[in-house]
Amino acid sequence: MTVLLEVTSLRTEFATRAGLVRAVDGVSLQVRRGECLGVVGESGSGKSVTFASVMGLVRSPGKVVAGTIFFDGRDLRQLSPEEMRAIRGRDIAMTMQDALTALNPALSVGEQMAEVMVAHDETLPAGRAARRAAIRERSVEMLGLVGIPSPDTRLRQYPHEFSGGMRQRIMIAIALTCRPKLLITDEPTTALDVTIQAQVLELISDIRARLGMAVVLITHDLGVVAEHCDRVMVMYAGQVVEEGPTSAVIGQPRHPYTRGLLASIPRPALRGHRIEPIMGQVPDLVGLPPQCRFHSRCPLARPECLVEVPMLPAGPGRQARCLRLEEPA
Amino acid sequence: MSLGKLLERIIQLIPVLLGVSLIVFVMMALTPGDPVQIMVGEQSITPEQEAELRRNLGLDRPMVERFFIFLAHAVQFDFGNSFYHGRPVADVIAERLPATIELSLVALIVALATAIPLGVVAAIRKNSVLDRMATVGSLLGVSLPGFWFGILLIMLFAVHMQVLPVSGRIGYDNEVAAVTGFLLIDTLLAGDIGAFGDALRHLLLPAITLGLPMTAILMRVTRSSMLEVMRQDYVTFAEAKGLPRRRVLYRHALKNALIPTVSVAAIETGSLLGGNMIVETVFGWPGLGRLVVESIFLRNYPLIQAAVLLYAVTYVLLNFLADILYTVLNPRVKL
Amino acid sequence: MTDASLAAAPSAESLFRRNLRDFSRNRLAMASLTVILIFVLMAVAAPLIAPQDPNETDLFRRLQPPGWVDGGDWRFPLGCDALGRDILSRIIYGARISIFIGAAVIVLATGVGILAGLAAGYLRGWVDVVISRVVDILLGFPYLIFAIGLMAMMGPGLLNIVLALAYKEWVIPCRVVRGETLAVRELEYVEAARALGAGPRHIMWREILPNILSPVIVVSTIRMAHVIILEASLSFLGLGVQPPTASWGSMVSDGRAFILEAWWVSTFPGLAILLLVLAINVASQALRDAFDPRFSE
Repeated sequence: MTVLLEVTSLRTEFATRAGLVRAVDGVSLQVRRGECLGVVGESGSGKSVTFASVMGLVRSPGKVVAGTIFFDGRDLRQLSPEEMRAIRGRDIAMTMQDALTALNPALSVGEQMAEVMVAHDETLPAGRAARRAAIRERSVEMLGLVGIPSPDTRLRQYPHEFSGGMRQRIMIAIALTCRPKLLITDEPTTALDVTIQAQVLELISDIRARLGMAVVLITHDLGVVAEHCDRVMVMYAGQVVEEGPTSAVIGQPRHPYTRGLLASIPRPALRGHRIEPIMGQVPDLVGLPPQCRFHSRCPLARPECLVEVPMLPAGPGRQARCLRLEEPA
Repeated sequence: MSLGKLLERIIQLIPVLLGVSLIVFVMMALTPGDPVQIMVGEQSITPEQEAELRRNLGLDRPMVERFFIFLAHAVQFDFGNSFYHGRPVADVIAERLPATIELSLVALIVALATAIPLGVVAAIRKNSVLDRMATVGSLLGVSLPGFWFGILLIMLFAVHMQVLPVSGRIGYDNEVAAVTGFLLIDTLLAGDIGAFGDALRHLLLPAITLGLPMTAILMRVTRSSMLEVMRQDYVTFAEAKGLPRRRVLYRHALKNALIPTVSVAAIETGSLLGGNMIVETVFGWPGLGRLVVESIFLRNYPLIQAAVLLYAVTYVLLNFLADILYTVLNPRVKL
Repeated sequence: MTDASLAAAPSAESLFRRNLRDFSRNRLAMASLTVILIFVLMAVAAPLIAPQDPNETDLFRRLQPPGWVDGGDWRFPLGCDALGRDILSRIIYGARISIFIGAAVIVLATGVGILAGLAAGYLRGWVDVVISRVVDILLGFPYLIFAIGLMAMMGPGLLNIVLALAYKEWVIPCRVVRGETLAVRELEYVEAARALGAGPRHIMWREILPNILSPVIVVSTIRMAHVIILEASLSFLGLGVQPPTASWGSMVSDGRAFILEAWWVSTFPGLAILLLVLAINVASQALRDAFDPRFSE
């Protein structure tokens, strides 16, 4: 598999009243064609900002200040706004956490699907009527693909007329309209009921296999990652702390933070398993000294940890940002 | 919105309208001075004639009964005779109304046409020079006393530069047959483009004066709701879809941002009603507002009563309309 | 503070101090506060400051231009009106009317509004129904028209203007107080006071009122600007204080007949209104930003 997206030493900062916040600090990552990468971390870990940076959607007062973002052979940071716009929605698509807020309440679902095609698809027929028919046919096809019943009558409806699960499917359909090479999906299930969560994730996996696209699944739920992702990347306080094949990372976590995350999920399969929350809080991202950021919450912390820690090899295809990898858990 | 809900809202209007009528009635009933005396003025009449007049006016009945008679007459637009004009109050008002409506509508158009683009541009270029100027401008707009601003405009454009007329609706040599009472329409019906232009020139300064506070308020509302909307997820999602910036701003953001603007505009149209009295006085505009002000000095109480009621009912209905518009425009809000 | 309020009432005092500090750092706000203070000073010390008697007429000075214009006299810096009265002195005396009426209406309306709003929001039930209905009905009148109707009925006079404006003005603080009261009445510190056996009067005045005062003050200052414009509008229409008492609105009106030959008669009093209202608006916006960030943009 070849590399589709390669991010190197990405840094994104926000100028706030309290000072400069390094929301993303030296993140490097790869996504190969067709694979599913899980990105895990607490809120504030920088996982969403990392991918907003990739899409060029960081809002003021935020700014990407360093790093390269190679996508399909081009550095996205060097592109003009217009070139970047052409890539968004066509080659890299995104879904958001809550479809209720991501879909425009004032526009019909049909219009919100059609506009993506109008913006990107040069193969649409030239004549007005033919063009409209082609758009309609494609919209019906996409809604059918994500499992919306009787799609042609529902195109005229507005987002609030659909259930939460249906809205999420519509958002996915919109994202997939131009058959993107990469789908970034940010917490696709947190806004949904448990039963519908599974359906939506199943749908994403299914479409990924059919369209052969790569997926970045941003979540705080390691269970979801275990089930759907080929590889996983764990983020903490703006940095990647552990990265590797899913089964290896989850089966045998090397970074104490990953271990903490795993210990804090309830697992009904393990009777008598105790849920252990990670003590302490994510550090304030303003003016952090160059040292291990998990130090203050780490059970294994030692005085020698107060240095800047690089990503270190931690097994086949694995890396972790910890000096005490060799210690037993 | 369902018909049932609409009906429910309309029914909720009734107590408010009743209360408003009651206040108008009481206001005038408590007015010092004997209405018969005011009517008769200097003429001398016999006690019999006076009693007759009193009976005709219904002044001999108890207050409660008089209120219901007032209500019953009011719904038929019967407000009695204007002492001064010697004609039914309703006729006098109807004659003056088109001038006021025409001025208010033009003021509304002027306000919307300047406030919305300014508000949008100020929001898109937040903190730019233009944004700051618009903010200062809107602060001035709400702080300027309308009567003084009108006089300044007259001094500048009519007296000093002599490019616009000082007062009135149209020049004497351009008068056309009254069909609708709206001069912009009547002049066109008469096919007199010169007169149309003249009517428009007469409208310009009063409309700007009347519309100024509304422009300031609408600009602020548009700016802040546009800023609010641009922070919404659906705008980010629209950008993530790779839509052209124009489409993101105008189709996705503005369509939602205008919802509060439109309903505030409906409410503020009500405040134009009050402004009319001032502006019509300053610009010698022969409308209802000026008629009311004149009537106060003539102690023409039936006319004041009818006009205050008309203003209040219009105001209540405009607020109702604002409410309905908000619901209709906003598919998420279900009544 | 009483025992009951020790429970968990937010420390109003320190918050107030901090807000005050934020406000005093805002330079524009301080400038407008200075302008307001100057006007207040002018109103209070009018007889000491005014260069001339505001009501002294002299037809030889009829429409005499401002000091810096040909034919002007620096003893009458802003010129004279049609009766030869000194415009500057009349503006200084006029500040008394504007500020007195503005303050009186706001104090009266805020007092009534707080009483009614607290009662409606805390006692609920029929009290709330009655007050809310009255509020709805009064909101059904355009402000100026309501005031004009009342003035037509009551006749001119200083007290009547205050009443005519306050009759409707109290609705605004009342709605704010009612809304805020509804929001805080179920909060823990109020519950705690209730659990400790405090009566409704104690809870309304000691527990609720101090904690909802910020938005009320903010709204009142904004409204003050409106009231001053309304009073000037009434005076302009001839329904305000009666001649020869100087009021800014009637001075502008006096000058209307002479805009061809004497621009200064209308211009300066109007400028005074604009300055004072603008200063109050700027100050109240800064006050709002400092004390009640919910409303700021």
